[in-house]
Amino acid sequence: MQPEEVDAARDAALAAIAAAADLEELKRVRTEHAGDRSPLALANREIGALPPQARKEAGQRVGQARGAVSKALAARQQVLEAEHEARILVEETVDVTLPTDRMPAGARHPITTGSELIADIFVAMGWEVAEGPVIEAEWLNFDALNLGPDHPARTMQDTFWTAGEGDAESGVVLRTHTSPVQARTMLSQEPPIYVVCPGRVFRTDEYDATHSPMFHQVEGLAVDEGITMAHLKGTLDHFAAQMFGEGITTRFRPSYFPFTEPSAEVDLKCFVCRGVGSGDSGAPCRTCRGEGWIEWGGCGVVNPRVLTACGVDAERYTGFAFGMGIDRTLMFRHGLSDLRALFEGDVRFTTAFGSEL
Amino acid sequence: MKAPVSWIKEYVDLPADVTTEQLTDRLTDLGLKLEAIHSAADAITGPLVVGQVLTMDPEPQKNGKTINWCTVDVGDANGSGDPQGIVCGAHNFQPGDLVVVVLPGGVLPGGFEISARKTYGHVSAGMICSARELGLGDDHEGIIVLPADAGKPGDDAFEVLGLREEVIEFEINPDRAYGLSMRGIAREAALAFAAPYRDPALRDVPEPNAEGYPVVVDDPVGCPVFVARTVTGFDPSASTPGWMVERITHAGMRPISLAVDITNYVMLETGRPIHGYDLDKLQGPIRVRRAVEGERMTTLDGNERTLSPEDLVVTDDSGIIGLGGVMGGETTEMSRATTNVLVEAAHWDAVSMFRTGKRHKVSSEAGKRNERGVDPTICPAAADRVVELLVELGGGTAGPGVTVVGSPPERASIKISDDLPARVSGIDIAPETVVDNLQAIGATVDADADGLTVTPPPWRPDITDPFDLVEEVVRIVGYDQVPSVLPREAAGRGLSRTQRLRRRIGRTLAGAGCVEVVSFPFAGDATFDALGLPADDVRRRTVPLANPLSAEEPAYTTTLLPGVIKAAARNIGRGAPGVALFETGTVAFPVDRGPAPIYGVDRRPDPAELEKLFEALPRQPLHLAVVLAGERERAGWWGEGRDAGWADAIGLVRLLGAELGVTVEPRQANRMPWHPGRCAVLVVDPSTGSGTPVELGHAGELHPQVCAELGLPPRSAALELDLDALMAHAADVVPGPAFSSFPLAKEDVALVVADDVPAAAVEAALREGAGELLESVRLFDVYTGAQIGEGSKSLAFALRFRAPDRTLTESETSAARDAAVARAAELTGAVQRT
Repeated sequence: MQPEEVDAARDAALAAIAAAADLEELKRVRTEHAGDRSPLALANREIGALPPQARKEAGQRVGQARGAVSKALAARQQVLEAEHEARILVEETVDVTLPTDRMPAGARHPITTGSELIADIFVAMGWEVAEGPVIEAEWLNFDALNLGPDHPARTMQDTFWTAGEGDAESGVVLRTHTSPVQARTMLSQEPPIYVVCPGRVFRTDEYDATHSPMFHQVEGLAVDEGITMAHLKGTLDHFAAQMFGEGITTRFRPSYFPFTEPSAEVDLKCFVCRGVGSGDSGAPCRTCRGEGWIEWGGCGVVNPRVLTACGVDAERYTGFAFGMGIDRTLMFRHGLSDLRALFEGDVRFTTAFGSEL
Repeated sequence: MKAPVSWIKEYVDLPADVTTEQLTDRLTDLGLKLEAIHSAADAITGPLVVGQVLTMDPEPQKNGKTINWCTVDVGDANGSGDPQGIVCGAHNFQPGDLVVVVLPGGVLPGGFEISARKTYGHVSAGMICSARELGLGDDHEGIIVLPADAGKPGDDAFEVLGLREEVIEFEINPDRAYGLSMRGIAREAALAFAAPYRDPALRDVPEPNAEGYPVVVDDPVGCPVFVARTVTGFDPSASTPGWMVERITHAGMRPISLAVDITNYVMLETGRPIHGYDLDKLQGPIRVRRAVEGERMTTLDGNERTLSPEDLVVTDDSGIIGLGGVMGGETTEMSRATTNVLVEAAHWDAVSMFRTGKRHKVSSEAGKRNERGVDPTICPAAADRVVELLVELGGGTAGPGVTVVGSPPERASIKISDDLPARVSGIDIAPETVVDNLQAIGATVDADADGLTVTPPPWRPDITDPFDLVEEVVRIVGYDQVPSVLPREAAGRGLSRTQRLRRRIGRTLAGAGCVEVVSFPFAGDATFDALGLPADDVRRRTVPLANPLSAEEPAYTTTLLPGVIKAAARNIGRGAPGVALFETGTVAFPVDRGPAPIYGVDRRPDPAELEKLFEALPRQPLHLAVVLAGERERAGWWGEGRDAGWADAIGLVRLLGAELGVTVEPRQANRMPWHPGRCAVLVVDPSTGSGTPVELGHAGELHPQVCAELGLPPRSAALELDLDALMAHAADVVPGPAFSSFPLAKEDVALVVADDVPAAAVEAALREGAGELLESVRLFDVYTGAQIGEGSKSLAFALRFRAPDRTLTESETSAARDAAVARAAELTGAVQRT
């Protein structure tokens, strides 16, 4: 093969390589221009037949030509492979808006998560969470809390009684409040006591949009030396701010509970209108019905009679207690109009709360 | 308690510029809580005017009624001054009478719009009103006929009728029983505004004398004071004056007759319930005693009552004539013919009143006051006031006799340190303020070096303890003065271990797609029948309620499944393609340890007493129930969906076990409401517990009949676990695991066993035979079919071997595999498929 033929074969090969559009074509080009039967391979084989003085030059020329082709092939291979891979990724594009809800989401109940939120607020203050049985001794539910057998307040709370043997009374009730947990705590541990008691309670109310025979309360109890109503106010103000936002405070109104003296109703400054009573449009706030405040619960200084019945030295210690409805708190916090939504178990209701609580 | 503002103001001179809102705000701050402010005028739109009937022509109608075609002078109120033509169906008036007329354009309560309309052949331009039509009471006997001096035609009838009177409705707490009277409310109003107060019960009363009606009180504890007065020659036809009717009605009571209205009026005024007897029906002396067991009487509401020895009764020679302090008897009741009256003003023991009222289910205005506690010192004054009104309004003559038996109980004084209110409230309250405020509520205060000796006023039976006095002082200082200070809490220990585990369980289930529900824990035979529980099932032994809301569900439940199933069926019924629900809550099992004792409250019960109390309570373990119904995984672009089944239920238990570090093993079981062949009892691996297997509960597919009965899709699955038992086995401090990084050696084996050999048994045998080199074993396929033959199944296991210190040789691995298979063959009859 003449030198110019070698150059021509090389140029033809390089042109073909450059023109190869994909890996398939490059494979063909490789066979055609660098394979065993390619012109340059044939030229290489011819070298041995050349006279010795011509071999070196021819060998060099053919070798350089094959080297250039081989290098070009490798480079083109790399480019085409990269293009190929990129194209595959493009082809593999999916519609990321397709649904991915193969397993429907679960959720915990807002009463559970709400109770935990409340518990966490108090635990962060160094309080503990106390619990007790739902079916409770009458003595703990009433007597120990200064609700004697003839206390008019016993009729204020319509109680589910468990049936005794025959005509006998069982002395056992479905607790009407979480207060017996307070009594249990005082009976089982020495002051200082700082406990919060969330839980389920029962009263014989007919089931409607705002009443339920079963509902949930959270109560708090602090017994320590030097406890005053001011500490009660401070604690409830802190609780209100944590639960409803900074600046939301409480106010007290005189009230009556057998287990506290002095006793107070706790109102919560409306967290929607922030106590103003009306919205931007001037219309009455729907959350507090224009009052600026929402009735939240009851509280007071623990009646020394309760301390005594529970074995706490009423001369040395004072205490405060408070209680509010969890269900009711959820109702106004979330604008629920029907309490029954909490107990129906419709997954659309429960899943809506997500992790907000 | 409803109190007309004008009535309150009769006893207190409030500053002229005080509005009703300001009054109720201050009273609420003091503890008399505002419920609502009512005004009859709010429901009426005028024109509502005084009219004078000029003519009335009775016109009989075809329907048998007779209507009156009237012309009524309404002055200039109709714009013309001409008489107004009005059709009226009532007959209790005559020409010349002043009446109340609503003219066209007016609106009466209930949105009843008045217009000129054609009726009975006339155009009736307005309406002559009855009390009921104006929302003033139930009286619809006839139209209102105004007294002749009430006004002149065309006058505004709102004023004449007192319709603009504001009535405050209070919520009265048990410690503010004095608020059940105008006397008490006015006293608080006076306190609120430091205004002059006139006590309506402070009056000169005649001295008791021997000429009074004879009264004997056998039980001075039950009835410490009994005052009797008489009035004779009372005119039974005298009607109750309008102002009294108005006030009684505004206060929420019904006018009945003059004599009864007077006793009610004085009760509302003073708080002291009064009973009037028809003097002519009394036979012999009055005697107050306790009833004898089984005695009977008929109260004036017509009910015959069987009495208990705890009931206080009033008797005469004829027998029982009243249930003392609660309700009078039928035989001596005042009627519209009564001309001679005996007035009883007695003080009754509050506890006795409460019990009698509760026992006989009587709720009366008198009982309500007597059981909360009434001022025992005002019996003579209240009786005298009734006598005064009976004489003044009914033309009677006061009898000369004044009977007073007994005297008000001595009032114990209370010792209190003058800094106690400050120490309890956290407000800086000066000792002088303490004394001032206690005096302001009517207490007598003696100060000496030891502190204060306080005698509460007689109308405050609720005040017995130093802390009661603290509340009185602080409410006057103002609850708004209480500073806001955080206490210095002790170092807390955070959530308890079970509290943390419970949260973990809930989050794990929610993470596995389950939605939590909260149901009522009530159940009954029907509940258990629907679950197909056998008659002797332990879950049918419930804690019964004495007063259940529903006869269908008369007990506290022993299982959470019914509530969760009901919620699942409700979701399915509302169109959900599938639902996974869970609930945690306590259930109850009776312990039959007799009644729980009731102890005193003067000291802490001792440990043995407390133990007895706690032991009497039902066992109340915390349960978890899950129901998986219908679609568990959705169909979608990824392929088919999948319905929930038995394996999902057992899988959830295993998931919880893994979460808590408890190895939970399912074992074949048969228990309703589960499918007899698809139910597992879940057992804690004895090696992680106390050594004896502990049953946590059951899981699997629900029985087809249960699904059908309770509205669940076929093959719904469920589980119920005792979470207390599960949590008791939760791993405590987990030792850090050590594992090898040498290469893994894999061996898969297929073993043929009889159908009834549990896979877990084969797996356990393999594990045991494989020895220490085995890292894991996992069943990856189950095959039944022709190649295996009837009655057998092939289980394919992936065995994974690894040594801690070297790469395993092939011969070591196959030797371990063969040993595993051999053990399986030995224990379960497994034959390796080749």
